Amino acid sequence: MNRVVITGAGTINALGKNVPETLEAMREGRCGIAELEFRDVDRLSIKIGGQVKGFEPEAIFNRQQLTLYDRFTQFTLMAAQEAITQSGLTFGGELAATTGVVLGTAGGGVGTWDDNYRSVYEDGKNRVHPFVVPKLMNNAAASHVSMQYNLKGPSFTVSTACASSNHAMSQAFAMVRSGMSKAMVTGGSESMLCFGGVKAWEGLRVMSRDACRPFSANRNGMVQGEGAAIFVFEEFEHARARGAEIMAEVVGFAMTSDASDIVMPSKQGAARAISGALADARIPRDKIGYINAHGTGTAANDKTECAAVADVFGTHADKLMISSTKSMHGHLIGGTGAVELLACIMALRDGVIAPTIGYEEPDPECALDVVPNEARDVAVEYALSNAFAFGGLNAVLALRRV
Amino acid sequence: MDVETKVREIIAEQALLDVDEVQMDSTLESLGVDSLGLVESIFAIEEAFDINIPFNANNPAESDFDISSVRSIVEGIQRLVDEKTS
Repeated sequence: MNRVVITGAGTINALGKNVPETLEAMREGRCGIAELEFRDVDRLSIKIGGQVKGFEPEAIFNRQQLTLYDRFTQFTLMAAQEAITQSGLTFGGELAATTGVVLGTAGGGVGTWDDNYRSVYEDGKNRVHPFVVPKLMNNAAASHVSMQYNLKGPSFTVSTACASSNHAMSQAFAMVRSGMSKAMVTGGSESMLCFGGVKAWEGLRVMSRDACRPFSANRNGMVQGEGAAIFVFEEFEHARARGAEIMAEVVGFAMTSDASDIVMPSKQGAARAISGALADARIPRDKIGYINAHGTGTAANDKTECAAVADVFGTHADKLMISSTKSMHGHLIGGTGAVELLACIMALRDGVIAPTIGYEEPDPECALDVVPNEARDVAVEYALSNAFAFGGLNAVLALRRV
Repeated sequence: MDVETKVREIIAEQALLDVDEVQMDSTLESLGVDSLGLVESIFAIEEAFDINIPFNANNPAESDFDISSVRSIVEGIQRLVDEKTS
């Protein structure tokens, strides 16, 4: 089996328009959640989110591209450009033939659905733009990355709600580890912050009206975010031979299904995914220094996740650090695991643990070191990234410092 | 529309029971209505009476809306309906 390293990372999200800006915000514990700005927001009862502001697609993409790129594709292309540029890879010949793009998204082109439904239902129009379908399809982002960078290997999109990115990155990792590909472009993207997207989430009544406070006793729900993060996963010897800068190593993953409830999380399902990732990576559990939590800020997730971590790690659960960066960038749904992988890279490469901000009151059911409110400088050798989706589909990745 | 009858009908539908089995002192738990059933019931009640119920599924106990029994739900709805018409 081959070793797999990360040689490129890119992002755009509410905390920053690239990786350095995002990591700086995480280090400073800055909150990217603010008042939502879009049409008909006054008809929503939830008016906050981790929205990407000051982003002007018209200044970046031409008119023809804009007719084809939904906002989730725009985010993906921005992040992919940063990641692939950083990796220094150019794709031709055999490398191009085997490198693919595996991305996660839960909703795909939600904004395109929203705009066009409005046009035909509310405005009574009987005709829509000819590219509505290629613009909104869930695989549009992966396809545009493949076209832009000449990536002709296996490409597809994974859609497993809040675990989409972790499932996608697990697949990409497995492909490079097995020798199927020398490199893969992977990550995820989401853009649901439009009237219909937020209205749908409102219906579930699990959204906070004021802030995302994971693990805090007074937490009152999740807050949506948007954006993308993209990575280049590369076979270690391939990266070393060309002198690439290595950000971290991906060492294992596990995926499990709760097989129980469509929305309520299961401690057993989460615990099996966490212990499965440790087993796959062959890491003794007391080596894990940091976990980037799923940590949505809902009552159900946070206590279930903490119970699962306590079960898997036993007494070591009290020594490791676990934080939820959703408190800063919001919940990017299908893109969330990708943005959160950046916090794992920062922990391993820079020795900086991103905090859980908005933490106000300890909750006896979440009695772990959640790195409240302020980042911490601690050298960490191994980290995990958790994602537990609606539908009971879980995916956990394990990473190591290089 | 009679609030009590309508609320009992909606809860009965969620619980897959006859309306007669939904008594005023029944709790949602005793009727077998889970958290998803509760959110659906609240939605159906809001639609039936054209009101907004201040209910947060994250923390039902801290919502400004008492769901401890069918009676408390009916009383809460009645108040909201009265506020709307007054």
